[in-house]
Amino acid sequence: MEARIIDRFRAVVGKRLITEVAQLRTYECDGLTNFRVLPQAVLLPETSAEVQAIVQICNQEKIPFVARGSGTGLSGGALPVDQGIVISLARMNHILEVDFGNARVVVEPGVINAEVTLRVAPEGFFYAPDPSSQSVCSIGGNVAENSGGAHCLKYGFTTTHVLGLEVVLPDGSLVHLGSTAVDRPGYDLPGVFVGSEGTLGIATKVVLRIVKKPEVIKTLLAAFNSTNEAGAAVSEIIAAGMLPAAIEMMDNLAIQAAEAAVHAGYPDCGGLLLVELDGPSAEVEELTKNVDAICTQCGAWEIRVAQSEAERAVIWKGRKAAFAAMGRISPNYIVQDGVIPRTALPKVLSEIERMSRAEGLRVANVFHAGDGNLHPLVLYDRAIAGQEERAFRLSIDILRLCIQCGGSITGEHGVGEEKKMMMSEMFAEPDLETMQLVRCAFDPGQLSNPGKVFPRLRLCAEKTGPYQPHPLEVAGVAQFF
Amino acid sequence: MSTPLSPRSATVSIETAWDEVRSIVGAEHIVPAKPQDAVDGIGPQMVVEPASQQEVAAVLKTAAVADLRVLPRGAGTKMEWGNPPRAGELILSTRRLNRVLEHAYGDMTATVEAGCNFQQVQDTLSAHGQRIALDPLWPDNATVGGVLAVNESGPLRARFGSLRDLIIGITLVLPDGTVAKSGGKVVKNVAGYDLPKLATGSLGTLGIITQAIFRLHPTPRESRTLTFSTANMTAASQFILAIQSSKLVPTGVQLRTGSSTSCEIDVRFEGTCAGCDCQTDQLLQMASGMTRIDPPGDIWKARETLWNGNSSAAVCKFTLLPTELQSFVERLTVMSVQKQTAWQLVSQAVGLGLLRLETPQPDSLTDVIQALRSVLESRGGSLSILSCPAEVKSKLDVWGSAGDAPPLMRSIKAQFDPRGILNPGRFIAGI
Repeated sequence: MEARIIDRFRAVVGKRLITEVAQLRTYECDGLTNFRVLPQAVLLPETSAEVQAIVQICNQEKIPFVARGSGTGLSGGALPVDQGIVISLARMNHILEVDFGNARVVVEPGVINAEVTLRVAPEGFFYAPDPSSQSVCSIGGNVAENSGGAHCLKYGFTTTHVLGLEVVLPDGSLVHLGSTAVDRPGYDLPGVFVGSEGTLGIATKVVLRIVKKPEVIKTLLAAFNSTNEAGAAVSEIIAAGMLPAAIEMMDNLAIQAAEAAVHAGYPDCGGLLLVELDGPSAEVEELTKNVDAICTQCGAWEIRVAQSEAERAVIWKGRKAAFAAMGRISPNYIVQDGVIPRTALPKVLSEIERMSRAEGLRVANVFHAGDGNLHPLVLYDRAIAGQEERAFRLSIDILRLCIQCGGSITGEHGVGEEKKMMMSEMFAEPDLETMQLVRCAFDPGQLSNPGKVFPRLRLCAEKTGPYQPHPLEVAGVAQFF
Repeated sequence: MSTPLSPRSATVSIETAWDEVRSIVGAEHIVPAKPQDAVDGIGPQMVVEPASQQEVAAVLKTAAVADLRVLPRGAGTKMEWGNPPRAGELILSTRRLNRVLEHAYGDMTATVEAGCNFQQVQDTLSAHGQRIALDPLWPDNATVGGVLAVNESGPLRARFGSLRDLIIGITLVLPDGTVAKSGGKVVKNVAGYDLPKLATGSLGTLGIITQAIFRLHPTPRESRTLTFSTANMTAASQFILAIQSSKLVPTGVQLRTGSSTSCEIDVRFEGTCAGCDCQTDQLLQMASGMTRIDPPGDIWKARETLWNGNSSAAVCKFTLLPTELQSFVERLTVMSVQKQTAWQLVSQAVGLGLLRLETPQPDSLTDVIQALRSVLESRGGSLSILSCPAEVKSKLDVWGSAGDAPPLMRSIKAQFDPRGILNPGRFIAGI
């Protein structure tokens, strides 16, 4: 990068600018470590105005930029782009306002997810989206990926909890999307911004909705001989008209790994179900009995209800550590994030088992079973020639299977760099073209995290059909009558 | 606000275009518009009723080439919402797109066409004990597409959120004939941009919604409604805020009040019998200063009564922070004395509601709306007019301010509808 441009950046952020190759290495990948690109520079702004100034320079100099939170993403969303810079929001980590009366919190993007709950817990509130990485991942990253977690079955996703945003658009202008109140008139811009994977601009402030803690939480573990039996129990629970706060499932391989890592005390079984019910105590008591009966009917041979908050914490620790725990049973692994209609679960699981045998690679399964979000973990050894490619191919074939069953290639990890080629298998060309219209409206110069999400760039000036809008119209200065 | 009519600028003759539309939908499904088809005084020429999304696409393509401005319509229950259109030659009715395509009850999702009657969809879903957890205005008449276009929601919002939390997939037909799907049939899905949310509440300005996929919720086993009355707004407000900050999980908390009525608060619990019983007991303990009364009729449809009576009134939607409801009502009370305004509101505790305003003269109605709007907007809220006399609409934008977002919104509109043929001028910021 030209020294002249580096100087311009330095004038904005001073010493909070990294250009040394050794230091840049820290930023060459996110949580998906098999894609790496060295950025030209990393900038660590501390205010919205600094972010704006940086993006204005990028816009003038046509430099692509990638925003980064804690870098825990699992789809390569924060992977730097060639000849581009990384804007780290890690230092914008303040909780700016807490309004318990209205259950609102205003935060900067670098605030860690779990810190929001920590801050509001004394008043009986929590921040509901709880990705497994919540102790390190940032709200800005959650906004980019529309992160979920175990409890989104009942409480919804990041997008459910974002009411408003302050955003620096790719042309360097500052705009406010949504508000502190609900239903701001106009297009639902927070709705389209959340989950856009950093391709529409950079959020510099986020208005979050917090949730009251339920009166009672009951967590139940049920051990089955197989994931099919456990899956049948999930269907029965849903068919009985219940909406638990979470329903998680693990297969034997995942249980072994979690046990080795955190000693959660899980029963050694073929399919483990973790069901959490919350709400008014009388209701939770009754529903816990119903869930217990359903699990027994479906073949559960051991059912345990956590008797204390400490027991509950241990149960969740095992589940949330499941990905990292794979290191205990395999040198390397690939985690995928497919979604299927819940009823397709038995078919998909037996097919994954068949594919795993055919490829000669083990696959551990951890799911958010309530909403059909699978996290198959393909285990392999990089040291064995060819195994990494085979593992990657198998993980992609599992996503194809999800598409065939009417599902999605990603439930919460995002498309990013990793799955962008799969978008053409899930969507038809006109679907993708239409999504790109949004991209062109926000970022006609394609500077904000370019090359992610979509299989190819779209030239925004290129418009099919006979009519070309005048640039003044696009800018909103003039209108077509 | 005056709206100059926009002339057509296409080279294709309008007769040729109508012939083409006739060949697409069949002669019996394109009929000359009647006076009652007019939208805010703009009388379209034809009402077109396509039967499939392919027909919608072909009609839109023809309209775009011939520069015919299209006013989308479901059942027409909310055609008066929005600013007057700048022009409109064609009403595109979704009436014939009325099939429930799939109720995947095991997966708790449903795929429906936009012209489906909302209540009929609910009736179909109830066969398997499920529902779209949304209670919009006039469900017996409204269509799914119309409810989506205006982002309507009712008291159930207290627990289940609004349409943005319930819609998981959409099919949108663009003015160039592109048929685009976004989202899908699974509840959890982050692949690509969230166009279902972008289309929800866009008043048909980006494309015609032809299909929508919803996540469903179980129909509750039990439902209990309790109504309380008090003459004291402070007590009413404190009661509502206390419910919000308690461990209770109501599926409706509503305040009904007005210039000539006291405050009535409705609270609903749904779930198991035991859950409803125990929450009812807790609520009664909290309601010590309140008078419990029998709910007068179907109070969860009370919003609909705001349209009853004299048509010189305005009905507005307001949004605010939940804690500011009391000061808003106090402001209304002061204004009702100063400007001789009669008012009535039905407010949901999550921070939005509907307000009916009536003044002796339309001029003072305009002043009252402006004054209330500026108070709400300065605190992050909004006031949009849903129905009002034509004089008021000629002076006021019905939507109010969109802050610093209009350039971005216009840019989105220009990408989706570059020729501006869909509902021109009816949406916010001149869109």
